[in-house]
Amino acid sequence: MSSRSGLGSLALIGAVVAAVGGLFAYTAGWLSPERLTPTKLVAAFAPPEGAALGHRRNHAKGICFTGVFESNGNGSELSRARVFAAGQYPALGRFNLGTVDPHAADATVRVRGMGLQLSTPDGGVWRSAMINPPFFPVATPQAFYGLLEASHSKDPDAMKSFATAHPEFAVFGAWAKTAPWTSSYAEDPFNSLNAFVFVDKAGTEHVVRWSLEPQAQVVPISDEELTRLGPDHLEQEITQRVAQAPQRWSLVVTIAEPGDPTSDPSQAWPAGRRTVNVGTLVVQQIEAERDGPCRDINFDPTILPDGIHVSDDPFPAARSAAYARSYDLRTSEAKDYPSHLSTATSPSQ
Amino acid sequence: MTSNRTQFTVLQRSLHWLMAACILAMLFIGVGMVSTVMPKYLPLLATHKTLGICILVLAILRLGVRLRHGAPPLPADMPMPMKLAAKGSHYAFYGLMIAMPLLGWGMLSAGAYPIVLYGNIQLPAILPQSDRLYTLLWSAHYYLAFAFFGLILMHLAAALFHGLVRRDGVFESMAPNHSRKRVAPAE
Repeated sequence: MSSRSGLGSLALIGAVVAAVGGLFAYTAGWLSPERLTPTKLVAAFAPPEGAALGHRRNHAKGICFTGVFESNGNGSELSRARVFAAGQYPALGRFNLGTVDPHAADATVRVRGMGLQLSTPDGGVWRSAMINPPFFPVATPQAFYGLLEASHSKDPDAMKSFATAHPEFAVFGAWAKTAPWTSSYAEDPFNSLNAFVFVDKAGTEHVVRWSLEPQAQVVPISDEELTRLGPDHLEQEITQRVAQAPQRWSLVVTIAEPGDPTSDPSQAWPAGRRTVNVGTLVVQQIEAERDGPCRDINFDPTILPDGIHVSDDPFPAARSAAYARSYDLRTSEAKDYPSHLSTATSPSQ
Repeated sequence: MTSNRTQFTVLQRSLHWLMAACILAMLFIGVGMVSTVMPKYLPLLATHKTLGICILVLAILRLGVRLRHGAPPLPADMPMPMKLAAKGSHYAFYGLMIAMPLLGWGMLSAGAYPIVLYGNIQLPAILPQSDRLYTLLWSAHYYLAFAFFGLILMHLAAALFHGLVRRDGVFESMAPNHSRKRVAPAE
């Protein structure tokens, strides 16, 4: 073997290794810094002073609950998922506020949420993370990242130019200004916003969204009144209310008609769509988040049982990727969690 | 260990190349999925879990086959450090092929994630829920994946070095086709 062909062979080996390594680096996104990664998306939530370690990176303030889902059997015409067969199934969840600050005062947070997990004896797990607005502020995950960036931008016109570029954001702004506040989680609706696909026993697919509609009487209040009730009123109130009686929400499934926007959660479906009441969520017990059953659960909306799958809505995948990142971060910061405890997590009772 | 063979058995070579494709795909899917928020994230994740369990099954099968059939001897003129590297890398490969899927499975268990593969196959949790365990296993799964990829690059370079430069029959011992005329072990 001549030294020349030996050198050629070594160069070839180097080239092959470099090519495979380069392809790997490209796949990992190291060569495309503009790619929106879960890491970037989650980092964009953090306030200037940094994220609250050990906590969820969004919807950071919350309280756990347990209860049951009483399925009335009506959902089984839409989906073969076991959870829609009449019966009672354990429910685990978390009431929360759409804020990155686990100590935010209730009246400073416009969006409220519920994380929910329903489990069935066949091993099926259905997780959902819902919020109380009837539609999402923006149409795409990229736009949502843009919104987070604009909200932290030092450019005074950043939000204005964002709103101009994303007209759907104004619709959400109008909701935030005019929708009534309530003084109880029990009086709030919680909406999936994202479209999912229910598959029935015959294999037919139905594109749906769902909502938990409160059975408690809704008494609108102003945010000034809520401010007067105290910064942690919601957690204290729901603890007391559930201690007196279980609280209920109807699970209502709305079925899309052809042409309805299924990939854009910023657009509500027209009124008059067929709905099916599939059962009742009964919240029976409130538990502090600290060491509570919901704290280390990732309410990833793509964790779905057989009979439900994602639609062409791009958000559930983006949320799944981001929630996983948030979960990885906060579980690795578990030692920081108790030091961030406030009186909020020990409701007055 | 049989000693007068120049090639791995057909079963061993088939498993090697099948797993090479699976493991490379697995590593690319892994780094690809954790760096995207696009809808493809979900099928990548489901494929990662399903393929991971397939690799675990294949790796255990392959370890059994290796213990039963052994490996052809390394060329007698191979320097001792190269022999040690060859043996050590094989131990590392078997360790990683079996450990990585178990780490992933254990990590999902500790994170209270349901473990659902393609075909709605549900796997049981193998560890109790624990944020401490989750973090430990997540880190191991993550960093060992890069170590695994590094090992594969070295393995690839070494195989090509044997095949193109040393031409000592080591590459041919795992080559997919029979090419006995070029095999010259212990020469």
